[in-house]
Amino acid sequence: MEDLGKQLSTLLMVAWLLPFFGFCIEVFGGYFKWRLTKTAAYIAVGCIGVGFLCSVVAFMQWGNATDWVVFESHEGEHHVSADHDEAAKSHDEHGAKHDEHAKEHEHGEEHADEHGEKAEGAHDSHGGHAKPAVQTAFSGQIYHLARFGELDISIDYYIDSLTLGMFMMVTLIATCIHVFAIGYMSDELTESYEDHFVHTSDGGHFKRPGRFYRFFSYMSLFCFSMLGLVLAGNIFQVFVFWELVGICSFLLIGFYVERKSASTAANKAFIVNRVGDFGFIIGLMILWTSCGTFRFDNYEDHHGHEQPGLFQMVRGNDGHVTQDGDAVVLKDVHGEPLTDASGSTKTIPYMLLVAAGLGVFCGCVGKSAQFPLQTWLPDAMEGPTPVSALVHSATMVAAGVYLAGRFFPMFLPEVLLTIAYVGCVTLFVAATIAVVATDIKRVLAYSTISQLGYMMLGIGVGGWGAGLFHLITHAFFKSLMFLCSGSVIHGCHHEQEMPKMGGLWKKMPVTAFTMLVGVIAIAGLAIPGTSIAFSGYHSKDAIVATALQFVDDNPVHILLFIVPLVTAGITAFYMFRLWFYTFAGQPRDAHVYEGCHESPSVMCGPLLVLAPFAAWCAIGGEHGKLFSILALSEPASTEVVHASHDIHTAAGSFALVAAILGTLTAYLLYGKTIVDPANIKRQFSGLHTFLVEKWRFDELYDVMFVRPSHVVGKWCAGVDKYIFDEFLHGVVRTGIRVSQWDRKFDEGIIDGLVNLVGNVTFSIGRSLHVFQTGNIRQYVMFIAVGVLMLFALLFAFSFAILA
Amino acid sequence: MDELSGYLFVGAVLFVCGVICMTTKRNGIGVLMGVELVLNGANLNFVAFSRFSPLGLDGQVVALFVIVLAAAEAAVALAIALNFYNNHQTIDVDRGNELSG
Repeated sequence: MEDLGKQLSTLLMVAWLLPFFGFCIEVFGGYFKWRLTKTAAYIAVGCIGVGFLCSVVAFMQWGNATDWVVFESHEGEHHVSADHDEAAKSHDEHGAKHDEHAKEHEHGEEHADEHGEKAEGAHDSHGGHAKPAVQTAFSGQIYHLARFGELDISIDYYIDSLTLGMFMMVTLIATCIHVFAIGYMSDELTESYEDHFVHTSDGGHFKRPGRFYRFFSYMSLFCFSMLGLVLAGNIFQVFVFWELVGICSFLLIGFYVERKSASTAANKAFIVNRVGDFGFIIGLMILWTSCGTFRFDNYEDHHGHEQPGLFQMVRGNDGHVTQDGDAVVLKDVHGEPLTDASGSTKTIPYMLLVAAGLGVFCGCVGKSAQFPLQTWLPDAMEGPTPVSALVHSATMVAAGVYLAGRFFPMFLPEVLLTIAYVGCVTLFVAATIAVVATDIKRVLAYSTISQLGYMMLGIGVGGWGAGLFHLITHAFFKSLMFLCSGSVIHGCHHEQEMPKMGGLWKKMPVTAFTMLVGVIAIAGLAIPGTSIAFSGYHSKDAIVATALQFVDDNPVHILLFIVPLVTAGITAFYMFRLWFYTFAGQPRDAHVYEGCHESPSVMCGPLLVLAPFAAWCAIGGEHGKLFSILALSEPASTEVVHASHDIHTAAGSFALVAAILGTLTAYLLYGKTIVDPANIKRQFSGLHTFLVEKWRFDELYDVMFVRPSHVVGKWCAGVDKYIFDEFLHGVVRTGIRVSQWDRKFDEGIIDGLVNLVGNVTFSIGRSLHVFQTGNIRQYVMFIAVGVLMLFALLFAFSFAILA
Repeated sequence: MDELSGYLFVGAVLFVCGVICMTTKRNGIGVLMGVELVLNGANLNFVAFSRFSPLGLDGQVVALFVIVLAAAEAAVALAIALNFYNNHQTIDVDRGNELSG
């Protein structure tokens, strides 16, 4: 098993690091050599493509080594899903549990025995997770960076089925997007790219050298960051890659940096994310202070002792949080209370753990564009469309949900309720705005926010599997739709306003068809009574069912079921509105329609690859393979909720009815036009304006934060100018005054003294000059007279002494 | 008055005569003669002290040196006087003021 962990980590590391090497090569090679060729793009595609292959190989190896336990034991587990908690409690009795499973499904008899044996043989160091007896999660250290006192900073890996699933999803989608971008960005392959959105002072358009290679190097760096985040084995490493993802999105959103709107949007995305990251850092500090480690999983310290990771500390072996008064008792690797060096039990105050959870979730709110930090994502559509597809549907915003899922064991019920309500508000607000948006990419952006809200809601109500299930399915159909919108925008020569489109399906059939697949998938349509359903139906159904189960247990939170159900209808409505608006009906703008053309095959190819995934990746729903893969990593937490079968059926029907109603409304309004939408718009002009202005969040934040910070800024400037500057100027003036005095002292007294000595010497010399006549007789006279006088003196003294 | 005093007295008279000659004569040769008188006055003192005091031969040796020096000096000084005369058509030492600052 150790070998498998090593193999998996090596394979995933290759997948993770290749894009980074690609980035290094592209960014320099592109600058010096490949400005006008597609080499950089081919390198980028190669790196991420190989990454995808490595991920698949890793998954296959993992599956083989675990005897595909993922597809077998799981089915049983979910038939008895209501017994899950009980099963988790009796974790120690692997054998008994598996016997139970064996009875549950007929053809699993022999496997169950096999697993029972394995359960005793395999040393399950990750006992905290209620998972089948075979070890399916692997963690370890890739590189030890530094040790500060007790704090170990290292690059770790944590590989379980969620990691593998995310790796395959991210690399596959990223590969498709990279290929698509080769076509989409090809007009950058020039020395003189004309940006039609930037006007120069002489009335022309701004021209600059093309930045094809730069786009692909950023994309590679982005993939590297995202994969690093998914692979990370400790929360600190997650944070590092979290920030890297943030900076990449900043670079990519601001790709057309000369456009004012793009650079503003990039700044906005970055700054809004900082708000969330602030909470993240607080959460990290709390965890480090109280738990003393950043690692998720148990690990060996430098003395070779096995130490509990964060999950084990909080959840122990059985998923329960042990409380001691107002404190949570931390547990060691055996599930016993953890003691420090002095022998007293280590605890963390309950509210502090809640604060840590909220802090980390705060980071997720920023990254996943949840209420109240959702405003950055629609603006982020300023980036090129492949960026929107990669950054803002499948990966970056998914990072927030991924972290919320990965960190699930650390979230206490209060935190989860917050998550659920945040998701609930977000999904409704965003869906309503999407109804009135006219920019094709903005509709998708708001639908992304709304769907992320669904995932958060799913995780918040305890549907761990459901939330992450939706994350994967959404990633597929949303990246597909973004690429389709990119194809439309490319075909219509950078026209993004839907009111100017219409009837485009005749011109671009492939795009229209694949878009329809995506729209049906996100709307969650299915044929009742059969098992034919698109992926969105399964995952949204899972979330709604979990929510219904949650509401069933806690009737006071009824909104958590009503809102997503209504929004499911709204989702179907605005997505079909988008499709009918763009592709069906009559052309509304002849100019756009005439110029429109189907995209080249390099762009249609990825659409056709993604479409089947978008439609069928979730086939089988919660008994299907994708869900089984994810559910295997389900953390041992008493907060996990599984919907019972009846509730599942009920919720599924409700959601389907809502989706069909939404679809019908959209068809009647925008397909058949039995009522002119413009009339409705007039009738509800107040509401319409309110929605078009995005619930006035931007204005609200402008009043609440931006303007106050301007005022504070002005005050600070004033304080700077009139207090600090004045003070400094005073200091300087005093300094000047002092030095002026010093100069006078120097010149008057010091120099005066020195000059006096010189002058006196000089004047003495000058006065002695008269004796220096050069007359030899005079000198002789001086000598003679001098000698005589000396003698006279001598005599005078000797007489005086004698006398 | 003993014998030494007589010698010293004569030496002093010679010395004073020499000094007066040096200070009063403007003729270069005259000055030279004054120098000779001074030297001889001093020489007489050396010899007298050599004769009447325990100094022994030392005074006489010094006197011999002085005589040799005086001879050399006279030779050089006369040569200077000749050149001086060639340049100035006189040997008045007061005329030799070209180097005065």
